[in-house]
This record gives sequence, structure tokens and C-alpha cells, in this order.
Amino acid sequence: MPSTITLPEPPPVLKAQSNNLDFYYGSFKALKGISMPVYANRVTALIGPSGCGKSTFLRCFNRMHDLYPGHRYDGTISLFPDGVNILDKQVDPIEVRMRISMVFQKPNPFPKSIFENVAYGLRVRGESSRSFLEDKVEAALRGAALWGEVKDRLRDLAVNLSGGQQQRLCIARALATDPEIVLFDEPTSALDPIATGSIEELIGEIKHKVTVLIVTHNMQQAARVSDFTAYMYLGDLIEYGETKEIFMKPKRKETEDYITGRFG
Amino acid sequence: MSDKHLSTQFDAELTNISTRVLEMGGLVEHQMAKSIAALAAFDAEQAAQVLREEERVNRMEMEIDRDLSAIIARRQPTARDLRLLIAVSRIIANLERVGDEAARIARVVQRLDAVGLHGRIRPPVSDLNFESELAVALLRKALDAFARLDPVQAVEVLKQDDEIDREFEGLMRKLITYMMEDPRTISTSIDLVFVAKAVERVGDHAKNLAEAIIYIVKGADVRHSPPQQIENAVK
Repeated sequence: MPSTITLPEPPPVLKAQSNNLDFYYGSFKALKGISMPVYANRVTALIGPSGCGKSTFLRCFNRMHDLYPGHRYDGTISLFPDGVNILDKQVDPIEVRMRISMVFQKPNPFPKSIFENVAYGLRVRGESSRSFLEDKVEAALRGAALWGEVKDRLRDLAVNLSGGQQQRLCIARALATDPEIVLFDEPTSALDPIATGSIEELIGEIKHKVTVLIVTHNMQQAARVSDFTAYMYLGDLIEYGETKEIFMKPKRKETEDYITGRFG
Repeated sequence: MSDKHLSTQFDAELTNISTRVLEMGGLVEHQMAKSIAALAAFDAEQAAQVLREEERVNRMEMEIDRDLSAIIARRQPTARDLRLLIAVSRIIANLERVGDEAARIARVVQRLDAVGLHGRIRPPVSDLNFESELAVALLRKALDAFARLDPVQAVEVLKQDDEIDREFEGLMRKLITYMMEDPRTISTSIDLVFVAKAVERVGDHAKNLAEAIIYIVKGADVRHSPPQQIENAVK
């Protein structure tokens, strides 16, 4: 029998880096000097109690906060390899969202067909070639492990899918524009354990193509799916490290108290 | 574990596990002391008591193991809670083996008693006593370090195991001398070699306990590490 050789995992390459990032909701400072790397083709989980700033931080990555007046960023998030600061006012947020897409807590398909949901981002970008769209939609649905279930009813309304299918559809939609990073904001909190399992499996697969940043309240989920974990509290980054280290032997007592359920 | 979990039930479960580990530790410590006393007095009845207690030790190990599995399944512990449970699993396996060593000594006593050979050799009881006192004291110290989760005391246990090893070597030389001087003592002497080896193994088990305690508190796996590295891990 030929012996199998397991190649060591290549060292992580920097995909993005937040540098001394502050964020203000009006006068309230929600993020305090966050400096943290995000490695390419790895899953980075953001954990912490409600109000710790993890979702706020996540949303900085695709300029979601721009939609509301009175919000202010200080500091930078550099996206590599080009090193552009995506928070720069000169940078078009629409372009950022093409490169960095997002999947939300509750599946939020548009009231359109399955096909049109996935094709949406490409149409916004100005793609209209039928065959190009069909190829992209199929690839995205396959990437989201949904193709087999929906290939015969692409014209059906997306809202008729089950919750888990809808969420995978949203992942397909997020993948269709060939983003570099996909942001997940509590992607399974509205799903049952089986649908959750399939989404987690999917996250493990898509990381070979994209970089994943995920916010989750479910610490076991962070432990299961992520390679790196950041623990945040009251707008501060308390600890960042490899997930297996954070969950086995965190360096900071605050982190340990939180992940062992001693936080109160 | 100084501070409490949000779940008081989880705290209670962990405390209960630790308490039972200490209870099991006390039991094997007692068993060990009794087996040596049985040897010193050639008391077959006392040896039989040691063997009866072994069953209880085995049962305790299985019960604690079962509870460990249940806690892991239900609580999905992390960090120091997880390290505690992993370490406890190792600790009880070592304690159970201490019980086995005591039983081994007890069986030697029964055999010596049955064949009536002990008249031919005056066993180096005081040396054996001394070695076993060291071993039992070390085990007690390790259990004490576990009760207080004290890594500094655990390091002391690791250092003191050398004393037992030295005692063991001395005893070995003495028994070899007996055998050379009078071949009729060979059979008994070999039995006593087993006793001395069993006692020496208890010191090793105490050492394993100490390593598990350092793992719980510091998260460092110091097994097979040189002393300096262990000191650094505990600092």
C-alpha cells in the first residue's frame, strides 16, 4: 500500500489587517484601538459577550456603517495584497462589498427567484450575459452545497426554501461575486442543529477559496469552525490567537473566564 | 478553582469530582501503608484486607471515569475546566495503579506466609519501611498539591522522587548481597525485589500526579521535560 504523505499546512498569509481601529456611533466609542490580522484562507472567529463590539468590528470590513450618518472610523483596515485601506473615504463602499461580502444572522433572501438572488450582485456590477450569469450562479450554488437541491427549480421563489436552504442561498449569493473575504454575522443562530452543522461544514469548505471572518455567540461553534479566535470585551480586543490555544490555554484570565462560563 | 461558573451545578460537579479523587487517593495511600505493615509483621490477614480494598479502588476509578465522560458530554468544558478533567482522568489511572502495587505487595506477603520461607532471611524491613514511607509521603504531598492546585508543591514532588529511586538502588544492592552470601535466600529476596520495585513505582505515580497538576494550573505538558524546563513552566 502506498504510504500517504500529509503535507504540512502552509503558513498563513495576511489577507487584512486592522490597525488601531476606533469606531464611534455618534459620540459613543464602540471600538477602541483594535489591531488584528486576518489570515487568508483561514476562518477567524470573533467572540465576546453582547455589546463587546464584535459585530461592529465585522461590519467595518464591508463599510456597513456608512449607511448611517454620524458614524466615524479612526484607524485603518488594510486589504492585501494591494494594501488598500478599505475605510478610506476615497474607496467606493460598493467596490469594497464586491470584494468583501456578508452573510447575516437571519437568512434574508430577496423576494425574487433562487436564480435572481444569486445573480443579484453580478447584475449590480453590470453583468448581463445570460451564459455568464448561469455559469456563475451554478458555481456559487455548488460552492454553497445547494445546487443539487435547487437545480430543477431555479425559477421558484427563494422564500419558499427551508431556513437552512435559505441561509445556504445567502452564502451562494455572497460567493457569486468572487469575494476575497466573506463575513458571517451569527450565521446559524436562527437554524436548527442539522442546518447549523451543514453551514459549519460549508464554512470549512469555502475557506479554501475565500477568507472567512465570523461572529458567533456560540463558543463551541467558534471552537469547531475557526483557525483563529479573537475575544473582545467592551470594545477592546482582549486576546487574539490560534483557536486551539484560546480554547485550551488562553493567555488572559478574562478570556478564560469568558470561555469557561465564569463571566458574570 | 477560585471563581465560580455561571452554572452553580457545573461548579458542584467539578468540586464533586475533585473530592472523590482525593477520597480515592486517601484510600490507596492507606492501602499502600497497610501492605508494608503487613510485610513487616508477616500478617496474612492484613494482606487479605489490602486485597479486598483493591476492588473498591477499581470501582471508584470506574465511577469517576463515568462522571468525567458525563461532564464532558454535557458541559463541553474548555480551558482550565477541560484541563482539569483530562488531568483527573490521568490521575485516577495512576491512583488505581498505586492500588495495584499495594495488592502486589500483599500477595508477596501471602506467599511468604504460605511457604514459611521468611524464617530463612531477615528481610530488610526497616529499609523497605523507609522507602515506602518516602513513597507514601510523596503520594500524600502530590494529593495535597492537587487539593490546593499548587504547582510549586508539584515541582517539589518531582524533585523528591529521586530520593526514592536512590533508596531503591540501595535496597537492591543489599538484597543482591544476601543472595550472594546465602543462595537459600534467593527466592525470598526476589520477592522482596518485587516489593521494593512496587514501592519505587508508587513514587513514579506520585510524579505523574504532580505533572498532571502542573498541566491543570499552567497548561504546560511537562512530561518527559528536563527539570529546568519544568521550573520555567511553573514560574
